[in-house]
Amino acid sequence: MGWTRKILRVDLTKGTCKSEPLNMQWAQEYLGQRGLATKYFIEEVDPKVDPLAPANKLIMATGPLTGTMASTGGRYSVITKGALTGAIACSNSGGYFGAEMKFAGWDMVIFEGKSPKPVYLSIEDDKAELRDAAHLWGQTVWKTEEIIKKTHQDPQVRVASIGRAGENGVMYACIVNDLHRAAGRSGVGTVMGSKNLKAVAIRGTKGAGAIKDGKAFMKATAAAKKVLVDNAVTGQGLPTYGTQVLMNVINEMGALPTRNHRDVQFEDARKISAEAMAEKRPTDGKANLVTNAACFGCTIACGRISKIDETHFSVVNKPEYWGATGGLEYEAAWALGAANGVGDLEALTFANMICNEDGYDPITFGATVGAAMELYELGILKKEQIGMEAPFGSAQALVQLAQMTAKGEGFGKELGLGSARLCAKYGKPELSMGVKKQEFPAYDSRGIQGMGLAYATSNRGACHLRGYTVASEVLGIPVKTDPLVTEGKADLVKAFQDATSVFDSAGVCVFTTFAWTLADLQPQLDAACDGGWSMEKLAVVGERIWNMERVFNNAAGFTAKDDDLPPRLKTEAAKTGPAKGKVSGIDVMRPEYYKARGWDDKGVPSKETLKRLGL
Amino acid sequence: MQKSLYIDANKCTGCLQCEMACSYENYGVFNISKSRIKVFNFEHAGRKVPYTCTQCAEAWCLHACPVDAITLDALTGAKVVNDATCVGCKVCTIACPFGTVNYVAETGKVQKCDLCGGDPACASACPTGAITYVDANWTGLDKMQQWAGKTDTQPRANA
Repeated sequence: MGWTRKILRVDLTKGTCKSEPLNMQWAQEYLGQRGLATKYFIEEVDPKVDPLAPANKLIMATGPLTGTMASTGGRYSVITKGALTGAIACSNSGGYFGAEMKFAGWDMVIFEGKSPKPVYLSIEDDKAELRDAAHLWGQTVWKTEEIIKKTHQDPQVRVASIGRAGENGVMYACIVNDLHRAAGRSGVGTVMGSKNLKAVAIRGTKGAGAIKDGKAFMKATAAAKKVLVDNAVTGQGLPTYGTQVLMNVINEMGALPTRNHRDVQFEDARKISAEAMAEKRPTDGKANLVTNAACFGCTIACGRISKIDETHFSVVNKPEYWGATGGLEYEAAWALGAANGVGDLEALTFANMICNEDGYDPITFGATVGAAMELYELGILKKEQIGMEAPFGSAQALVQLAQMTAKGEGFGKELGLGSARLCAKYGKPELSMGVKKQEFPAYDSRGIQGMGLAYATSNRGACHLRGYTVASEVLGIPVKTDPLVTEGKADLVKAFQDATSVFDSAGVCVFTTFAWTLADLQPQLDAACDGGWSMEKLAVVGERIWNMERVFNNAAGFTAKDDDLPPRLKTEAAKTGPAKGKVSGIDVMRPEYYKARGWDDKGVPSKETLKRLGL
Repeated sequence: MQKSLYIDANKCTGCLQCEMACSYENYGVFNISKSRIKVFNFEHAGRKVPYTCTQCAEAWCLHACPVDAITLDALTGAKVVNDATCVGCKVCTIACPFGTVNYVAETGKVQKCDLCGGDPACASACPTGAITYVDANWTGLDKMQQWAGKTDTQPRANA
C-alpha cells in the first residue's frame, strides 16, 4: 500500500474540511507527492488561472515512502500554479512536517478558495479544523511556530507556515516547516498568503503502517542505506561538508555565476565555502558550522546548523540571532554571495537566517539583489531609490535589503517582485538571469552545458532540481560526460528529468540520486506499495509526470520561446576558467531535446507521445 | 556479559531512524509517537539528544509498581513491563525520575524500553553510531580511548 488512501479537502472560502478517499487508479499512474498531486491539480484547476486568485489551488502532498524507514523518507511537496512563474509549481521540503502529515493519516491536503480572514489549519489525526489566525498574522515563521506550540500545549506539533514575506506578497515567498526547511521556490508561499492561510499545524499518532510487505521493505531499505554509506558523495562529501562541498569545485571549473552572470568565477569563493564554514573565526575562535543535521529518516545528513559571529555588524545587539539555526547550503550561499559578489560569510549567514525567519527563497532573492546591483552600477537605479549605495560586493547592502524585503519596506518591496519583474520595470528585462521568471541556481550554463538545457526546459522555471546533470557532467554520476559539449545532452537531460520525477513522487530526497538509481528505489517502492512497481512501470510514470506538467504549462500559455536562456548566456562568452570563450549551446540542444521527448518543433507533445504515456 | 545502550549525542543528526525502528519492532508500524526512545532537538544550542530508559539497577518503576508488573530480565538487565499484569495505574510513570516510562492510552498499559530482548532495534538502525549497545561495565571505553590518544603525545626527547 504505502498510501494512507485518504486526502483532506479544505475549502477556505466556506471554512470546511472534508475527508475523501484517494483515487487509487491515479496512484498507480502517478505514484504520489509531485506526480499524484499534480494530477489532482490539473484535473481541478484551469491552466489560465491567476496564481493569486481564489480559483488557484494549493496541495500539500506526501509520497508513499514518506514517514517510513526508507532513507530520506520524510519529504513532502507543495503543488500549485506558481506566483513567481505562472507555471506549474512543485516545491519539495524535508524536515519533519511531511512525515507528520502521513502519521496523521493523510496522503495529501488540498486547499481551495480563499478564507475571508487569516486562518490556520490544525490537524490532529482524523480531526482537522480551521482556526482563527488573527494573532499569527504579521508574525515571522519562527514566532508562528512558537505561538502554535504554546497554544496547543504540545511541543510535538509540527508546523509549516508563511512568514511576513508570504503575507506581503513577495513573489517568491516560501512555506517554511520546522524553522528552516522550506518548500522554497516559485512563490508557493505567496499563493498560500493570497488565500489568507497562515499555517498548517499537524500532530499525527497513527503512523505509516500500511506497508505491503514489511519484511521485504526492511530488507530493501537496509540495502539502499548501505548504497548511500558506500558512496563517496552521500557517504562522505555531503555529511562532512553539506551541499557546500560544491562551492570550490564549481568555481574551479568556471561555472560559478558571479555578479549577475557577468563572470563565471568568484575570487572570494573560498571565503564562502564549506571549508570556510568549518574554520575557526579570528574574531571569536569558533567555527560558523556547529553540526550537521538530518531531515526525517535521512541517513545522509547534509543539513548545516550554524552559529553566526556575534560581533558581526549584522547582529550587533541582536541576541535573538545568536543561537544555532539552519546554516548556509550551497545554492543559498551562491545566491546570497557569488551572485552579487559578496564574500562575507557571516553576512550571507545572516541573510539566509532572515530568509528562513520570514519565509522567502534565498536563490531568487540573492539573484534579484544581483540584478539590482547591476542596475545600480549601470546608473539605472540610483542611491536614493534603493535607499543606500548598492554596488556589487556590498555586504552592508545585502544585509539591509534582506531585512527590508522581509518587512516589505522601501526598496524591499521592489526586490520582492523578483528579478524578471524588477528588470522589466526598469527597462532592462534582459538582465534578469532566469527562465520563466524564475532565477537560475548556482551553475553557469556556459561551463556546464547540460544545465542550460535543464534550466530552459524545467517545468517550474530555472531549477537545478528538475534534471541535475551536474551529477554526470561534474561528478561522473552515473557516467561522466564532458560539461563543455552539447552533444548527448538532450538525452541526458531527459533521462535525469524523468528519473527525478519518480524520486519526487516517492517521498524520498533527490539527493539520494548521487548514489541511487531507479534500480535502488524500485525494490523499496515495490515492497511498500501494492500494484507491482517494476523498473518499466517507474520509467513510464516518470516520463508521464514530466509530460503532464508540460501539457499544463502549454495550456497556461507557455511556448517554445519560453524554453530559452537570457541573451547574456548566449552571446557573452565566459571570461575565465576552463569554459573561457564558451557560450551556451541552448539553441542547438533545444530541438534535439524536443525530438528526444517526442514533441513537435514548437515543444508540444505529439499525439503519439501522449497516447504512449496514457495522457 | 551484560550490555547497555550507550548514547553519544554528539553523533546524533536527528534523523529519527531509532524512533521508527523502535515502533516497528514493538508495534509493526512506523510511528514515532509509539517509540520508547525519543530524540530531543535543542534547536538554539544546535544539539540533538536521543534519550531512553537507562535500566536503573534499583529501578524506581519496578519498586513502585503495586502489582509487580515490572520485572527484571536477568539476561539483559532490562526492566520489562508485563502487559498482562499491568493495570495502567501510572504510578511507575510518577516514580521514574527520568520520564522514560510512559502511559499508552490506546492499550491502557505503560510502556518502556525493554532492550528488545537483547538486540535493541534503535542501535541497529542508528546510521551514525550515536546509539550503540555495549558492555554495561565499559560504557566509558570510547571516551577513555579518546583521551588516552591525547595522552603523552609530546615528542620524545631521545627520539
